Amino acid sequence: MDIKQNIIVIDDEPQIRKILRITLESEDYKVITAENAEQAIVVVGTSHPNLILLDLGLPDRDGLTLLKEIRSWCAVPVIILSVRNSEEDIVTALDSGADDYITKPFNTAELLARIRANLRKSQIPQESVFKNSYLSVDFASHIVMKNEEEIKLTNIEYSLLLLFIKNIGKVLTHRHILKEIWGPSYIEHTQYLRVFVGQLRKKIEDDDSDNKMILTESGVGYRMQILK
Amino acid sequence: MHMEDQNEIRPDPDNLLKLINDKEKKKRTGKLKIFFGMCAGVGKTYAMLEAANKAKTEGINVIIGLIETHKRSDTEELTIGLEKVPLKEIEYRNVKFYEMDIDAIIRMKPELVLVDELAHTNIEGSRHTKRYQDIFELLDNGINVFTTLNVQHLESRIETVKQITGAVVRETIPDSVFDRADEIELIDITPEELIKRLAEGKVYTREKSKQAVQNFFRKGNLTALREMALRLTAERVDWQLRDYISEKKITGTWKSRQRLLVAIGPSPYSAELIRWTRRLAYSMEAPWTAVYVETEQSVSEKNKDQLISNFTLARELGAEVITTSDNNIARGLIRIAKDKNITQIIIGKPRKFDFFSMLFGNNLVKELLKISGDIDINIAGGIKRKPRFDLLHTFNFYSKPSKYLLSALIVFVVAISNYLVYEDIGYQTVALLFLLTIALLPLFNFGPGPILLAAFLSAATWDYFFIPPQFTLHIGRIEDVVMLIMYFLLALVTGVLSARIRTQEKFVRQREKKTNALYILTRELSEANDIDAITEISVKNIKNVFSTDVLVIYSSPKGALSALSHSASTFPINENEWNYAEWVFNNSQKAGRFTNTLPLADATYYPLIGKEKVLGIIGIKPLDNQRMSFDQQDLFNNFIIQIAVALERELLNEKAKETFLLTESEKLYKTLFNSISHELKTPLTAIISASSSIIETDTQTGSGFITSLTREIGVAAKRLNTLVENLLDMARLESGIMKLKADWYDIKDLFQNIQVKLKEDLSVHKLKTAYRNEIKLFKFDFVLLEQAFINIIRNCIQYSPAESIILIEVYSEEDICIIEISDNGPGFPDNALQKVFDKFYRVPGTKTGGTGLGLSIAKGFIDAHNGLIEVNNKNTGGAVFTIKIPMRNN
Repeated sequence: MDIKQNIIVIDDEPQIRKILRITLESEDYKVITAENAEQAIVVVGTSHPNLILLDLGLPDRDGLTLLKEIRSWCAVPVIILSVRNSEEDIVTALDSGADDYITKPFNTAELLARIRANLRKSQIPQESVFKNSYLSVDFASHIVMKNEEEIKLTNIEYSLLLLFIKNIGKVLTHRHILKEIWGPSYIEHTQYLRVFVGQLRKKIEDDDSDNKMILTESGVGYRMQILK
Repeated sequence: MHMEDQNEIRPDPDNLLKLINDKEKKKRTGKLKIFFGMCAGVGKTYAMLEAANKAKTEGINVIIGLIETHKRSDTEELTIGLEKVPLKEIEYRNVKFYEMDIDAIIRMKPELVLVDELAHTNIEGSRHTKRYQDIFELLDNGINVFTTLNVQHLESRIETVKQITGAVVRETIPDSVFDRADEIELIDITPEELIKRLAEGKVYTREKSKQAVQNFFRKGNLTALREMALRLTAERVDWQLRDYISEKKITGTWKSRQRLLVAIGPSPYSAELIRWTRRLAYSMEAPWTAVYVETEQSVSEKNKDQLISNFTLARELGAEVITTSDNNIARGLIRIAKDKNITQIIIGKPRKFDFFSMLFGNNLVKELLKISGDIDINIAGGIKRKPRFDLLHTFNFYSKPSKYLLSALIVFVVAISNYLVYEDIGYQTVALLFLLTIALLPLFNFGPGPILLAAFLSAATWDYFFIPPQFTLHIGRIEDVVMLIMYFLLALVTGVLSARIRTQEKFVRQREKKTNALYILTRELSEANDIDAITEISVKNIKNVFSTDVLVIYSSPKGALSALSHSASTFPINENEWNYAEWVFNNSQKAGRFTNTLPLADATYYPLIGKEKVLGIIGIKPLDNQRMSFDQQDLFNNFIIQIAVALERELLNEKAKETFLLTESEKLYKTLFNSISHELKTPLTAIISASSSIIETDTQTGSGFITSLTREIGVAAKRLNTLVENLLDMARLESGIMKLKADWYDIKDLFQNIQVKLKEDLSVHKLKTAYRNEIKLFKFDFVLLEQAFINIIRNCIQYSPAESIILIEVYSEEDICIIEISDNGPGFPDNALQKVFDKFYRVPGTKTGGTGLGLSIAKGFIDAHNGLIEVNNKNTGGAVFTIKIPMRNN
């Protein structure tokens, strides 16, 4: 029997907290709420959470400042709740240690999927093979198969794919990808990213004009979808 | 004469810096090449024309600014083929003169212009007094210049030329102009050759030649002149080499750091002294300063002019010029010398010893020797000068006649009062009373003249009225004679000495006033808090200190000189004068009345120079119509500098304030926007989240009734959400604060995302995307364009029938990305095609739904990318939106 996962919800709006509590508890999560930064710190420190949902628009302190403070002593996955057209803030938060984000108003199904994807991080994957409905990757031999046929990927394309798979379901900022694949001095070279992601998509997606696996998160980065 | 010292391997940092600065300056200006010769007829103009023709064949744009061919046929031939700029006609005293037209040349923007005779003086009415100033203006405008010059025209060589040839040269140029040339080409021929040419009539006409040979063109003369020209050219190579070595930091001998000071005054002798010092300084490679000590002695008008020309000469020869006031010349010189770390003072040989100068004048040499301490005194001799002693000038007898009368009157009054009491006090005491009077006279501003008179009169009165026997000038006793003589001497000495103390005090106070004036200005300026205050303070101070009318004009925001003068100005400006002011503004140089440039102006204009650009000009008109004294000029220059500094500080301040305000208002807006956004979004989030939750769970339990109602709630909430987002977008656009966040993206990515986001809206429509050609990556704001296209496509969805296709065609043409979105709906009425993108516009008669904001937002976002959007009706029915976005890569 699984122990219930602990989720902390930090949002200043009582209605949001209530709805989230109801929704999450119905999915068998244990929910603890906090309505401002002060409370949040106490709660995070004392209740050993498995995941934190943090609203960026907190009143007394910048959500970002709170995020940085939590991050300085706590490695728990954090999903930030944001509003549309604050892509800059989202990217900053992601680069400051948040793991994922979701924009209000959100669809419950989407929220739950994100929570699941980010909880998975705490469980270290042991598999040496990745498989979804039409792609399979063998990490040991570096062989990639699409629809049972082997496809050839360049080194960079392979590294990209690997990075996406390792973080499947979670958003990756442009900066993060560039830093991981190309190195810290390339974090401004978004054009490389576009070209290589475009090439990768051409090779692994079924339909070029309908990306099912690697999604573009407008203004933020990319996300690899979990396909059943 | 070098001071070859211990071998120090140290290039002088000051010199290096100066070299680099000079080089910098030179880079921006045109290059000057002088065709240099020993005298007329050697072929300078000819050589210049040859070089010009050669340059022309190499493709350089050469024009002739001004050429003197002196009707020599060979020379004239060479001018054919080169464009001549028409000369400017200037009328002076009803005679027409022709000078070079600077503005015409600048307008033509040639690469090279030929201007003959560098030393020429322009006729009155020209912009500059000397042609070399015209040439400098051309150089400053980036035009290269070729010119010609004879060695006799150099300022420092005048005396020598006079000694050699006996001729006094009138048209000269300062050596600094010669030094400034980038290239000197010596046109050298032997004297024999030149004389032969003369005889052949190649230089002047036959007639004139004969005369010329006899007078100027003697072989001896020519040889000496030739030597001078050669030597000058060689010297130049020498110091250019030294500069080169210095710059390349090649080790060499370390020059000793001498600094010279020459004392000058209002006599032609000073001019000689200046030239002499210049040669000495040049050979020692030492900097030199020329100092004039203003004393109580007044300077006659004629001498004033000489003084001014001496000053100009010194400056042009490269000296730093300083004036100071002190009744004791030696003391004044030493003061400056100590301040400037002078190592050697140069003065002229003193006048013949004479009684008067010993008694009343100060023997300059002796004084200097006494107080000079470590400083060397160099007495320049060997220059003949007429001994000049002017009793009238030693003593300032130019006191007003009224003062003389007054002093006589005073003596008279004192005599009377003495007469009344002399019986009690005795006639010797009377003398003391007279003496007291004389000693007190200087306190009431009596000069030496009236004091001398008083002394004389009182002595005579004393003798006549008081010394027995009374009422005769005859003196009875021998001791009385002695007393009388002593008295007279005492009176004289006391009077003159006290007068001297007074004037000394006056000078100290004058100096103090000068420093004080600057201090007051600076202090007031530092307290000023805007440009108007600075202007008012400046005008007030200038008016008070210099007794002039003041005009201030600042630069306009666009960078040119404003057409309006500042309201604090005390005199108006007319168009002509404004043009002069503009010249000063554009050339960063003072000009106008009492200067060498634009001397016919009403006022004198000074540029206010800031760190990077000229901030404006100040024009002054002295109330007494007199030229400013040197002291005043010096002080005024300092004033101008302080005012410019204060202005610059204020301008920077204002800029900082503006930036601050802008940032603050942006912050405020952002906070407001965020809070409104938050307030609107929160309830919507709750509704959408909750309703979607219900639908999720309820599909499992299958109570269709609740599910379908909840679904409706969800749909309504989403519609509201779209509206809210539209309103917020509109607000952002309107605020003007919206910033484009452009980055590299693939346009294909954009449309794929749109496809996903519009999944629900596209439930009964089909969206097809086609790419006509390969579109490379370019920079745009993904989020904004995504929203823009979503809005447009939603519009198409709303007005086209179910099952119809919405087609997106994307292609690129010459770095512009073109997107065509078309539907099969009813299209737009023709008169609506333009108005469709207006805020809140809805085509009349359409079904309800939508606010009319979507398309106007789309246009706003596209405009932000410098793109274009328009809509047309397809001839097959339906509308087509054409969007063009420039594909930027920076």
